[in-house]
Amino acid sequence: MSTTTHPSIPGSIGAAIPRREDRRFITGAGRYVDDIVLPHQAYAVIVRSPHAYAQIRAIATAAALAAPGVLAVFTGHDVAADKVGGIPCGWLVKSKDGSNMVEPPHPMLVKDRVRHVGDQVAVVIAESKAEARAAAQLIEIDYEVLPAVGTLQDATAPGAPAVWAEAPDNVCFDWDLGDKAAVATAMASAYKIIDIEVRQNRVIPNAIEPRAAIGHYDPAGDYYTLYTTSQNPHLIRLLLGAFVLGIPEHRLRVVAPDVGGGFGSKIYHYAEEAIVVWASKKLGRPVKWTAERSESFMSDAHGRDTIMTAQLAVDKDGKFLAFKVHNVANMGAYLSTFAPAIPTYLSATLMAGCYTTPAIYVEVKAVFTHTVPVDAYRGAGRPEAAYLIERIVDKAARELGIDRLAIRRKNFIRPDQFPYKTPVALEYDVGDYEATLALALKAGDYDGYPARRAASQQRGKLRGIGFSTYVEGCGIAPSALVGQLGARAGLYEAATVRVHPTGSVSVFTGTHSHGQGHETTFAQLVSDKLGVPFDHVDIVHGDTDRIPFGMGTYGSRSLSVGGSAIVKAIDKILKKGKTIAAHLLAVSESDLVWSRGEFRVAGTDRRKTIAEVAFAAYVPHNYPIDKIEPGLEESAFYDPLNFTFPAGCHLCEVEVDPDTGVVQVVQMVAADDVGVVLNPMIVDGQLHGGLVQGIGQALYEEAQYDESGQLLTGSYLNYGMPRASDFPFFNVSTHPTACTHNPIGAKGVGEVGAIGCPPAVINAVLDALAPLGVTDISMPATPEKVWRAIASAQAAASTRD
Amino acid sequence: MRDFQFHRPSTVAEALHLLRQASAGKLLGGGQSLLPVLKLDMAEPSDLVSLSGVTELRGIRTEGNQLIIGAFTTHAEVAASAEVRAKIPSLARLADGIGDPQVRNRGTLGGSLAHADPAADYPAAVLGLSATVHTDRRTVPADRFFTGLFETALEPDEILTAVRFTIPQRAAYAKFASHASRYAVVGVMVAQYPGGVRVGVTGAGPSAFRWTAAESALTARFAPESLAGLTYPADDLTSTPEATADYRAHLLPIMTKRAVQTALG
Ligand SMILES: Cc1cc2nc3c(=O)[nH]c(=O)nc-3n(C[C@H](O)[C@H](O)[C@H](O)COP(=O)(O)OP(=O)(O)OC[C@H]3O[C@@H](n4cnc5c(N)ncnc54)[C@H](O)[C@@H]3O)c2cc1C
Repeated sequence: MSTTTHPSIPGSIGAAIPRREDRRFITGAGRYVDDIVLPHQAYAVIVRSPHAYAQIRAIATAAALAAPGVLAVFTGHDVAADKVGGIPCGWLVKSKDGSNMVEPPHPMLVKDRVRHVGDQVAVVIAESKAEARAAAQLIEIDYEVLPAVGTLQDATAPGAPAVWAEAPDNVCFDWDLGDKAAVATAMASAYKIIDIEVRQNRVIPNAIEPRAAIGHYDPAGDYYTLYTTSQNPHLIRLLLGAFVLGIPEHRLRVVAPDVGGGFGSKIYHYAEEAIVVWASKKLGRPVKWTAERSESFMSDAHGRDTIMTAQLAVDKDGKFLAFKVHNVANMGAYLSTFAPAIPTYLSATLMAGCYTTPAIYVEVKAVFTHTVPVDAYRGAGRPEAAYLIERIVDKAARELGIDRLAIRRKNFIRPDQFPYKTPVALEYDVGDYEATLALALKAGDYDGYPARRAASQQRGKLRGIGFSTYVEGCGIAPSALVGQLGARAGLYEAATVRVHPTGSVSVFTGTHSHGQGHETTFAQLVSDKLGVPFDHVDIVHGDTDRIPFGMGTYGSRSLSVGGSAIVKAIDKILKKGKTIAAHLLAVSESDLVWSRGEFRVAGTDRRKTIAEVAFAAYVPHNYPIDKIEPGLEESAFYDPLNFTFPAGCHLCEVEVDPDTGVVQVVQMVAADDVGVVLNPMIVDGQLHGGLVQGIGQALYEEAQYDESGQLLTGSYLNYGMPRASDFPFFNVSTHPTACTHNPIGAKGVGEVGAIGCPPAVINAVLDALAPLGVTDISMPATPEKVWRAIASAQAAASTRD
Repeated sequence: MRDFQFHRPSTVAEALHLLRQASAGKLLGGGQSLLPVLKLDMAEPSDLVSLSGVTELRGIRTEGNQLIIGAFTTHAEVAASAEVRAKIPSLARLADGIGDPQVRNRGTLGGSLAHADPAADYPAAVLGLSATVHTDRRTVPADRFFTGLFETALEPDEILTAVRFTIPQRAAYAKFASHASRYAVVGVMVAQYPGGVRVGVTGAGPSAFRWTAAESALTARFAPESLAGLTYPADDLTSTPEATADYRAHLLPIMTKRAVQTALG
């Protein structure tokens, strides 16, 4: 499906081993939450608000309770009576004036006021899902509909209805970063200031598996189990146990089995998880809830939804002097787990891009609206930054009459400038932006572009080419740093490596694989480091009763942070193994060398394999028991020293049909530096998926709310999911520079496709339309929007003539 | 979805009988429109009478200048039929462009017409290809079949049995598909007959219609240039977040022109 080149790095693994998990996924043998059927399981259906904002005057449940098969109906009154806690937010952001963000309550079931379409009002539990559904329709709710704010524009307008009384102007926080005065000074004397306003369209994550949860309370052991579609079971255990239901960790087990995609939407602790656990205890039966697709649209946290205005000060040669950004970000009606961190610490900190802009100032105003919460979605904050920067850089080039690549090269941070401290709080450890740009131009045959453009013209099409040279920050995150920034948890990762008596290995990781292929890549890593065959390594994840306390998978952190924890545990195994091998071989440890799975006595053929060492450790008849314990199992926690900084160049070519406005992507090149590559096939897959979502955002996808807060795009009839047939074959390649601060050299690949690609697509569309006088278009660049842009540019041109 | 009785009769007469006996009966074709409606609890029939066992509703044949397609013929069968490809290739291509393979393997001609989705493809063909719609009791000319948004001339207990399309000299269908749903935002079937040109339009308005001004222009001369300057008033067209009436009005002449170009080869 694509042309691929990945140079190998000496010492890396680099084999394109097919994903071992795919056999079960492709043959339908995966085991997802909805596949789990517990004895005596009951089924929950959530009654959701049809209104964006309304007061619940009365709620009548008697008819539903009397319906066939119904076991219970619970409302917000039952939740309040049980004094159940609300759904917590994981980050605290402070405003410029030092005050805390407005943090409204987020009850599991709403008692008084619903605040978005899809808000949870009641739960019906019955013997079957059909009975629960039928009974749910019998619940009568008397709503007093209130004026709502459905969009960012509405919420920030003077006199807008307030989502929360404690935030009368709908502002959750008003935060800033950078040197305001330095920016003002640079702006005052600049040769030219480039202005832009860009909107990040709101998108719906659309994981293929809808969310689902089963709560199971066992009164015999006073023990709770939650099966859930989560990217981070330990985080859910912490939030649900400590903040919502008050269950100590040792009495709560959270299992996230096979999970069919997340893209961020399954990071967060959702009300339904708490509801099923709470209801299970009340009923004495396991309770299962599975979202219908229409529920996913209105209850999964959405992504993006920001309006940014920015000014870039330049000198006459196109050198960037200062950059000022004002970002208005939609939080939705409640604060989801990571929401406040997305426009701030994961976006504002990336506003330098890969350029040497010396002064930067960013303001972020987070705003409540009567919409479903907005939180991280593949890329989370960095796509917003990359899009803004790469759009304004193109605009600067056009306004200054400088080549778009030349202006980028003039401002790139050069390889010899690393480590590079940006004016917005980060230190990039390593990178080579010119190398990935050159790779993209070569892979995309940039030299042949004029001929391709002429050929398109022959066919009546407008061809455009666009670039994005982006950098992102992932591998989240150094705990001390994010703690200063308001995170309420640490963001290290944990691993346990258990070498069994005969030398096979089980690895228990706190990260979670829901499409990323950890069962394969992590086994490759262990196989390489421990010198055992790939097939002898099993990767265990997703069950808090089995795995150590780790923070899960998001922010492209699994290999760089979770993999590093595994490497650290292996280091401990090898240290202990060496002591055992030295004893068995009756030499001193300094006589031993470790190579390809064996401890060898230097200069001889005397050796002990890791399997022999393991056997001795578990059958310690002849063993250095005075020095070490039996057994060969080690745990490690790894807290990264810094973020990692993948970067690269995306090149997109489009053809626009000037009659209809249809945009077709005809070439998509991604040349990325994701650090050391363990498995190029999996890297390709991650890139392909990211590119599809990036192009989806640029051209097709948009969650639209009307002014009354109704979701207009609530199904696949009107939400434009990208499809395979929309795309050409992708042309992806990598140029690694090894991350300097983790033992693998990996940076992260999960999100770069979605981060780098949208500005390349829109820059290509604008390049195609430039001859017609079009200078701006917002995402998604739908056919009608393109047609309107062409028509108004032509109208403007004719009034000028 | 509520519980219902399921029936699978083998003749039209039996199907009619079952339908009339039921307190709130509904015919089931391929289920591609009806099942989504049931899943959303937007209809709660007591009985579903499946037409899948009624062999007399199947088949494709030619009689003189007419191509006759049974109501329970799937979109995939129409698309693959050698008969259709030979006599009205544009109709085979239209069927091949409906939804996706799963939808085409189950959805039927009769179900599509009875459902009368304003964005469905077949209505453009029925109007453009001068068809007559046959039912268990009568024959309805194309121009009287579509009566409004999701409304047709069919009685609640009437079974659509077949459609007779008039074989044109040449014809082509041009569809501007919705990116999200793949239904027609604007779909135009242009067909040339000795007596004149017909232009059937779907997607653009609340119900499929003929664009008579374009028909006259193309009857005078069957060439894309004949449409120059022709516009359709946006007032009568549909507006959705995906495509406003203005945009549909803009697309209508373009898609008509493209259909003429394709018909001319
Ligand atoms: C994902 C998806 C995409 C689609 N895309 C398109 C598209 O691009 N273009 C398009 O045109 N359509 C599209 N469709 C609709 C599809 O073509 C359906 O097949 C069609 O609308 C209904 O046909 P059916 O046989 O499935 O009818 P059913 O769904 O079974 O029935 C529809 C209605 O017709 C009635 N009915 C069925 N047969 C008869 C009969 N013989 N006599 C009287 N009444 C009858 C039923 O009672 C019901 O009211 C799509 C559907 C889906 C699910």
